[in-house]
Amino acid sequence: MTLSAGAAAGAALAACGNEGPGDDSGGGSGSGAATYWSLSGEPGQPYRQAAADRWNKANPDAKITPTFFQNDAYKQKIKTALGANQAPTMIWGWGGGGLKSYVEAGQVEDLTDWLSQNAAVKDKILPSSFGAATVDGKIYAMPVETVQPIVLYYNKKVFDQVGVQPPQTYGDILALIPKFNAKGIAPFSLAGQSRWTNMMWLEFMLDRQAGSEVFDNVFAGKQGAWSDPAVLDMLTKVQDLVKQNAFQKGFASTVADTNADQALLYTGKAAMMVHGSWSYGIQKANGGKFVADGGLGWMNFPPIDGGKGDPTNTVGNPGQYLSISSKATPEAKETAKKFFSTTLVDDEEKAGWVKSGGVPVLKGADSLFTGDDATFLKDMAAIAAGAKTFAQSWDQALSPTAAEVLLDNIAKLFQLQVSPQQWVDNMNGVIGK
Amino acid sequence: MTTLAPPVVRGQEPTRSSGGRSGSVVWMALPAFVMFVFFGIVPLLGVIVLSFATWNGITPTIELTGLTSWRAALSNPSLPNAIWVTFLIMALSWLVQTPISILLGVFMATRTRYRGFLSVLYFIPLLLSSAAIAITYKSLLDPSFGIGAGLGVEALNQNWLGEANLAIGTLIFVVSWQFIPFHSLIYQGAVRQIPHSMYEAAQIDGAGRVRQFFGITLPQLKYTIITSSTLMVVGSLTFFDLIWVLTAGGPGDATRALAVQMYQQGFQASLMGPASAIAVILVLTGLGLSLLLRRLGGRADESQLEGA
Repeated sequence: MTLSAGAAAGAALAACGNEGPGDDSGGGSGSGAATYWSLSGEPGQPYRQAAADRWNKANPDAKITPTFFQNDAYKQKIKTALGANQAPTMIWGWGGGGLKSYVEAGQVEDLTDWLSQNAAVKDKILPSSFGAATVDGKIYAMPVETVQPIVLYYNKKVFDQVGVQPPQTYGDILALIPKFNAKGIAPFSLAGQSRWTNMMWLEFMLDRQAGSEVFDNVFAGKQGAWSDPAVLDMLTKVQDLVKQNAFQKGFASTVADTNADQALLYTGKAAMMVHGSWSYGIQKANGGKFVADGGLGWMNFPPIDGGKGDPTNTVGNPGQYLSISSKATPEAKETAKKFFSTTLVDDEEKAGWVKSGGVPVLKGADSLFTGDDATFLKDMAAIAAGAKTFAQSWDQALSPTAAEVLLDNIAKLFQLQVSPQQWVDNMNGVIGK
Repeated sequence: MTTLAPPVVRGQEPTRSSGGRSGSVVWMALPAFVMFVFFGIVPLLGVIVLSFATWNGITPTIELTGLTSWRAALSNPSLPNAIWVTFLIMALSWLVQTPISILLGVFMATRTRYRGFLSVLYFIPLLLSSAAIAITYKSLLDPSFGIGAGLGVEALNQNWLGEANLAIGTLIFVVSWQFIPFHSLIYQGAVRQIPHSMYEAAQIDGAGRVRQFFGITLPQLKYTIITSSTLMVVGSLTFFDLIWVLTAGGPGDATRALAVQMYQQGFQASLMGPASAIAVILVLTGLGLSLLLRRLGGRADESQLEGA
């Protein structure tokens, strides 16, 4: 009885969801008008806006309207929009598990054929960036913007002030922690409330400890993959860091979206920070003369003594990704594709992202690495190109459901609310989900 | 008794004539009713249906899967904690807000100097949005860049939002700061309704200020306390914006109330079914609590003055 009534209402609900207009251009001008949602804030937003402006100037009949959202807010906003058939023409994302869920829901266009017809476009992009855009052998997103390895940043001024050297190994890191704490400086800045920031620690510690195979098994959905002894060892090390006050006071309530963690580093309240390469642009934009005066240092995460992982390995975003909504009008889709094949691969785009302090996904950017940012850019390009494995961030690689359990358990791990063994058990429970 | 007879007759008169007037009255209620049906009842029905379905929020079709989502929601190991946190916040915020609101309300109802000026000051928090309040407090309480670090006052430089018990305490403080003005306002109005003759009689009998407060003011405020408590208790079930911005349910899951749990399940983990089940639980709890509080108040049509 209840079920049949429910079925009717459910059908009504589903129908309600479907009857929205297929055109999601939000009343833009011209028939080929398209919309584009992406992230707000430095360093990326000005260059995303610039790309749209360039396009709109050249194509006044098919305008692209960009809208920008904060990182964590965007992740929910885009899902809600997709579910309500109100998605923008172009959907910005991180590829991987999130993209896979869009593909399974039939929300994004298959770009495989288009890219093989436009081999010249595909050829302009680093091949390694296509990995996270590929689901079951088909490409559903265009790699754009920058390759973003996660690195260990440090404040050189603070290191000089305390009279210590940057760490060469994980052992050095452990030795540095009490020295900074004694001076009232937080050894590491960490935006713990954002949770994915904590995750970057786990990614590196596990990789350096045991190599990339452990997470590959998790990604492949192998039952009990988290039970590898290296995971327990890594989790214990992370909790030891928390117990030794390796992170600033109140790290559990610090938020990455407001760049509070970045501020700790450039104000010298913290000595080091593990963060994505985009952090350089934020430090440069917000830190006054901190970067210009050579205050910021960086390195690949150091090896763990006795660890099996290749120290050249890195973790992060092999690119950002733009997908085309399958619900968009044919005209809007055409606009998006033309935007992909012209504006997003042009020289200005490449130069813009270099200027933002990033390594573009577009080939042949090396010659642009000049000026103030040259050293940083060359180092990032070297880390990305020299990495034996460039692993995708865990929360982006996994499905949204598994990623939420992962982030929840990571937050509890850092609060010492769960033991390493409980963590492993909880995470084994969502493998392949 | 004879003097009471005429009002009874008069009382019947409007009842009869309301039959004639009710036509227009019903029409006037229609816009509100339509709004309520579309934005209250229809979404509620949708949520109930969704709680018996499996949906990740982005697929075009919603699959009806019976009790699967309910089972998932109820067997979720973090549910007991979310319920505990919800009721803890409810109880603590009631305990903090009620006495302060009553006292402030009584004070604001008197006609002492500066009362008007102070009342305006008390009222300010109510004019601010929850998100703005949360962002402001989050910045003020930051151990690295907040008020404690800025002024160099160590006592203020606690890990306010990063330590489980302190985070709950801070949350209660911010909630109270935001809502005490509203409840004070309700109490102020109620205190003004208490007939002055009662206090005069008490004074003649030699009752002091404290005695008057407990003997007259508080009993006369009985129904106001119930109204205000209902608003507090049912309102605390839906605290989301404040918690989300202040702590996002953290540290760990120390402040993850049911509403936050619902949001995380639905919009972060893409499990709309279990999230809807939590929403249904919230609706039922809210309904149950307000019915219970009404019961506690006795018959609603009973006159307040007779009770004295």
